[in-house]
Amino acid sequence: MKKSNMAIGLSEEQGMLLDTAREFCRDRSAIPAVRALLQSESGFDAQVWQEIAELGWLGVAVSEAHGGSGLGMGSAIPIVECMGKRLLSTPYITTVLVAEALQRAQSHALCERHLPAIVGGQIATLALLESEDWGEETIELTATDAGGDLQLAGSKTQVAYAVQAELFLVSVTYQDEARLLLVPASALGEGAVRRQTNIDETRRSSRVDFTGATVSSDHLLSGDATAIIRDLRLLGALLYAAEAAGSTAACMDLTVDYLKTRKQFGHLIGSYQSLKHPMVEVLCDMDNARSFVYHAATLVSEASLDEDAESACRMAKAQASEALKFAADRAVQFHGGMGFTYECDAQLYIRRAQWSQQAFGDAYHHRKRLASLLLD
Amino acid sequence: MSDHAPSASELADFRAEVSGWLEEHNPADPGFLLPQTFMEVGSDQQLEFLREWQHKLWSAGYLGVHWPEQYGGRGMHPAFQNEINRELRRHRTPITFNVIGLGWAGPLILDIGTEEDKAKYIKGILSAEDIWCQGFSEPDHGSDLGNAQTRAVRDGDDYIVNGSKIWTTMGNYAKYMILLARTDPTTKRKYDGLSFFLSPMHGTGIDTRPIQKITGEYGFTETFFTDARIPSSCLIGGEGNGWRVAMQTLQYERGAAAGAAGGQVQVRVSIADLIDEVRSVKRDGAPLLEDPVIRDRLVQLIMDEKALGLADKRSTLGDLNSDYPMSLLLSYKLRVSEYQRRMRQYGLEIQGGLGGLYVGDEDTIAGGFWQRAYFNNFATTIGGGTSQIQCNIIGEQVLGLPKS
Repeated sequence: MKKSNMAIGLSEEQGMLLDTAREFCRDRSAIPAVRALLQSESGFDAQVWQEIAELGWLGVAVSEAHGGSGLGMGSAIPIVECMGKRLLSTPYITTVLVAEALQRAQSHALCERHLPAIVGGQIATLALLESEDWGEETIELTATDAGGDLQLAGSKTQVAYAVQAELFLVSVTYQDEARLLLVPASALGEGAVRRQTNIDETRRSSRVDFTGATVSSDHLLSGDATAIIRDLRLLGALLYAAEAAGSTAACMDLTVDYLKTRKQFGHLIGSYQSLKHPMVEVLCDMDNARSFVYHAATLVSEASLDEDAESACRMAKAQASEALKFAADRAVQFHGGMGFTYECDAQLYIRRAQWSQQAFGDAYHHRKRLASLLLD
Repeated sequence: MSDHAPSASELADFRAEVSGWLEEHNPADPGFLLPQTFMEVGSDQQLEFLREWQHKLWSAGYLGVHWPEQYGGRGMHPAFQNEINRELRRHRTPITFNVIGLGWAGPLILDIGTEEDKAKYIKGILSAEDIWCQGFSEPDHGSDLGNAQTRAVRDGDDYIVNGSKIWTTMGNYAKYMILLARTDPTTKRKYDGLSFFLSPMHGTGIDTRPIQKITGEYGFTETFFTDARIPSSCLIGGEGNGWRVAMQTLQYERGAAAGAAGGQVQVRVSIADLIDEVRSVKRDGAPLLEDPVIRDRLVQLIMDEKALGLADKRSTLGDLNSDYPMSLLLSYKLRVSEYQRRMRQYGLEIQGGLGGLYVGDEDTIAGGFWQRAYFNNFATTIGGGTSQIQCNIIGEQVLGLPKS
């Protein structure tokens, strides 16, 4: 086994973002606000989204030339962790990933045309997945030449915030090669977007049928699309891991508060070791998730992710998925009968845990790839 | 101790010197299994080997270098001892086994002992001439040190001690014990009736009985005090201050800067060692490491080990610990000992038929290292407060849950 990279740190900027994000997310996303959005059409508060843009958060990893602050993806991590802690769901993750792809592709014209708008709050979304299989690398959706334009055939699933998105970044097969293509929402036909019902009601996703859409061929991103898609998947996994680490902490706090106040058989139930000890396990799992998340945040850069960074992102996602799943499962159980109700906030976390573990690959998916990196 | 902090180049030079010495003097494999920790010294053969090694290391000037010169140290800055410790780890040397002396009693005596104490005890600790043991735990109060019931009653210039201690590491070899005993059974708070002694182990009324462990080996004793007389000059820190002194004693372990003499406290066992050693093992007619189920579990263990290392570093980043400030520090013992238990157990589980053999059989992997390592690891999940007690402490102090 090769020597393990143990870098972990927090830059001054990341520390400041953590402070600001803690406060902002706490103020804007108290549980009643989260619940008020569950049944809404968009799933997020447009006003809050605009504030997020004004804070410059959509541009933390966007170069200064395009209106961002050029701090790198590592700086999005504290923001997303805080969002996760307050269950603040917005198109943030999917939008910053699209911006990241444009920069990694170094498609200058596309960057100039789209990045300033994205930094300003234009919703962009990633359309990579075609089935339930995050391990599938073949892209069925095709782009073919049609008189100077490209015509698309095929669909994508679990496209986040597709109803609101103005821009889709789609993985396609073009001339037998993987490519990334920007598709404006205006290119989609009537009924192309079918909203899906999400297990986590703070999320919004859709199946999007791109068949028949026609876009100009200058919308194709340059660069090695296979490498960029790989990086996007790793960064996506890291961002969802950071979010899940935050949600795990919140879920743990919720359960701990209940164990401190609920009495049964004359005792506070938190005094019972059968409840106390699993909460310590939740705490340790959460701590480990957090360590991996910030380790990965320290290793990712604008360069294509090296083996250490890849390994760190996969560990972060594997650990955070398991941590939230366990914390949420115990949250429901330890709330007793109350925990079984929709009214109890434990439902928010157990639903989120199921969504989050799947996003950008579950724990097994990542451990399988870690095994190749670490054991062979 | 010198206050002058050495420069990076001074340290680098020193480290190179130590490394050079170790390359020449790090003992060859003696042909029998050596202990990974000081709790595993089970035979005279092992003891003599380790005693010779520690003596050699000290004679070369590489143990307790930051302890005062007149007592056997070199009066250097603790940073130099840290460099030595790193080199010992890197060269995977045998342990410096007189751990209670080097890490607990020695620094305590240097801190609060009399001039006479220092002259009497310190050099023997470093040279390994005087082996020290620890008498905190009692048969009926394993995890509850504050409740120690061994009695010490003042009688003229002596104390008369009655009671028993258990899990005395190397009790049968030790010349001295740091002893926690009750001098006043009437205090309101149980902690206030305790006193701390530097007790001799050889004397009338002090007997040890070796405890045979699950490994079949020895390493601990039970220690019985039957009207044993120890001089009142053995009291350290004053009567009734035993609990405070005991807590102080536990602080030194954290490294040279905290006071410990240094050395190689334990040989670390890593998942990387396990993976290297099972490469040749077969399962279903193919290499074990090609089995997807085994691979998944190994990756989980690699992650657990890595998380421990990362947590260690993360604990110094204030902004990332502000919400649960004591979490990483208080849970470290639990996480590391339980991880080692899982990892070592798995090390045995994946050996196929070889896991059914034991130390002494020539077909075992690494001489039965994993068999013994797994069994011995219970010393860490039980000793120093069981994992279950650790969970109570963490649940109560970090999460604020009500007392059990």
